[in-house]
Amino acid sequence: MSKALLYDSTICIGCKQCEQACATQNKLPYNDTIAAEERQSEHKYTVVMTKGDKFMRRLCMHCEHPACASVCPVGAFHKTKEGPVVYDVWKCIGCRYCMATCVFSQPKYEWGSLNPRVRKCIMCPERVVAGQQTACAEICPTGATKFGERDDLIKEAQDRIRQNPSTYLNRIYGLHEVGGTCVLILSGVKAEEFGYPASEKIGDIPMPEYTGRVMERVPDFIPLWSVVLGGIYWISHRRQEVAAAEANEKKNGSVL
Amino acid sequence: MRIKLTFWRIVFLVVMVMGLYSAYVRYAHGLGAATNMTDQFPWGFWIGFDCLCGVMLAAGGFCMVGAVYLFNVESLHSVVRPAVLTAFLGYLLFIVGLLFDLGRPWFIWHQLIYMNPHSVMFEVGMCVMTYTTVLFFEFLPSVFERFNLTRPIRWIHKIYPVLIVAGILLSTLHQSSLGSLYLIMPSKLHPFWYSPALPFFFFGSAVAVGLAMTIFESTQSAKALGRHLELSVLVRLGGALLVALWVNALLRFEDYFRRDMLRQILKPSYEAYFLWLELALSFVIPITLLSFKKVRLSPNGLYLASVISLFGFITNRLNVSLIGFETYVGHHYVPKWTEFSVTLMIVAMGFFLFRVAVQYLPIFPKEEFVHAPLAALKTAPPSVSAVLEHAGD
Repeated sequence: MSKALLYDSTICIGCKQCEQACATQNKLPYNDTIAAEERQSEHKYTVVMTKGDKFMRRLCMHCEHPACASVCPVGAFHKTKEGPVVYDVWKCIGCRYCMATCVFSQPKYEWGSLNPRVRKCIMCPERVVAGQQTACAEICPTGATKFGERDDLIKEAQDRIRQNPSTYLNRIYGLHEVGGTCVLILSGVKAEEFGYPASEKIGDIPMPEYTGRVMERVPDFIPLWSVVLGGIYWISHRRQEVAAAEANEKKNGSVL
Repeated sequence: MRIKLTFWRIVFLVVMVMGLYSAYVRYAHGLGAATNMTDQFPWGFWIGFDCLCGVMLAAGGFCMVGAVYLFNVESLHSVVRPAVLTAFLGYLLFIVGLLFDLGRPWFIWHQLIYMNPHSVMFEVGMCVMTYTTVLFFEFLPSVFERFNLTRPIRWIHKIYPVLIVAGILLSTLHQSSLGSLYLIMPSKLHPFWYSPALPFFFFGSAVAVGLAMTIFESTQSAKALGRHLELSVLVRLGGALLVALWVNALLRFEDYFRRDMLRQILKPSYEAYFLWLELALSFVIPITLLSFKKVRLSPNGLYLASVISLFGFITNRLNVSLIGFETYVGHHYVPKWTEFSVTLMIVAMGFFLFRVAVQYLPIFPKEEFVHAPLAALKTAPPSVSAVLEHAGD
């Protein structure tokens, strides 16, 4: 069973304590200037955005079938069985395919560093493994960010929608998007207004399947194509040999 | 020996100095200082040109090896060595380009120990690595021949069938896989260029570019070395190029037709302008030119058609890797001058190494090579000018 986070933007008060807790947990700098930054970066893994009296939080969605993990040539990303998608900086060669691929544009880069790392929310894996909540969920004063089992959180989200249908849009963002994510979002306005990709645009198909369809043919293609190429080589050279032998025979024949 | 300073040599020097300075900026201050890449635009000109175009432009190697050794087209024998040399240099320079673009190039060897077979990038990396080795062995005979080492040549001849089959297999895989890289970005890449058929397009265009590039480099080095040009070879290549362009054009058309995009691609828009440019350069103009017998039989006509189509396919790769993402990202990406100058330096190095190799190694058939050196040095530069033009594109 994988853990997940349920973010309910209607309960969020925009206090940004999750930002602060995240920074502390990940040993990142945090001050008023950084608090005022309305976008994620290599030093800000999560952000609470404000639009009038509406709030929306962004963080890595921890996809059930993460594209970043599937594209990474050295497997620097992987999905843990507990839910978090984690990053092994030692393996990373810095190709940035994960960044180019992620539909939520979550991986950020240390562009100014001479030994740059990819940075993103990793869902406090040590805490999760130890049975604790993530830092952001623990600190949240209103319960807007809630940590728990993914299945339980889905049920709870559905209950909340049922009880207050006028408050919520009738959907849980992340339930089916790109095959499901471990961050689930409830809101009164469309998450798209805060920069989330539109559900209909990204679809429900897990991203790795797009390349999987091609990649799964490679193991069959290699022997098949080798045999075809080898065959062509053999035939064309055999013809040459035969032609040469025939010419030779003719010559010898005429001598005799 | 005195080296005379000609105009083009000065240009070469300037390119090298600027390139080295940019290399310093890249490694002393990081990718952020040397490029205009951002979190929204993590892949820039170095991926678009050095990697995608670099590998594409080196496709002549496997095309010519395939034609001559697999299908026994004996008449093309004289262009195999220059094509293999171009490919070998192309892949070496691609790796140099990669060392600039990777954030942590010193860990590039991780590819060999931390393998992720689900990754297209992993497949490309492994193929490029093995294929560069194959090209090295295909290139070695000219070095051995230069030093009259007959025995190692015989060894290589023994493994030649394996090299040939492996080379073509690996090329098929990674040329198409460069297109597969983008299959996982259906919501990011503009529908003009995102297609499930991307791997086929990338492979098909690589074959066309292989032919065009061989025409380009044969003509260019014939001029440079003062050799007379084998028109029969060029004409054959030109005919094949025409067929390859038609096949590519039809594939693209069919794809747009199937995806119901024909009306959209005709409507003027930012992306449409770039698509029109691409289609005009890669298909409309060269196909029209090559349809005239007069053009198909003239060295200049063939050269022109090939160069135009090369620009077309370069535009295609840049469209797929850069222009196609601008709408999604919401702003334009214009490479920094340091990005251009590193690329220019790499391309200039390619021309320089090719020039040195054909000068000192038996790349072109011997009998025609004799009366070369002096005239050669004077005429070499046009190649550099061509580089200057398209690198800034």
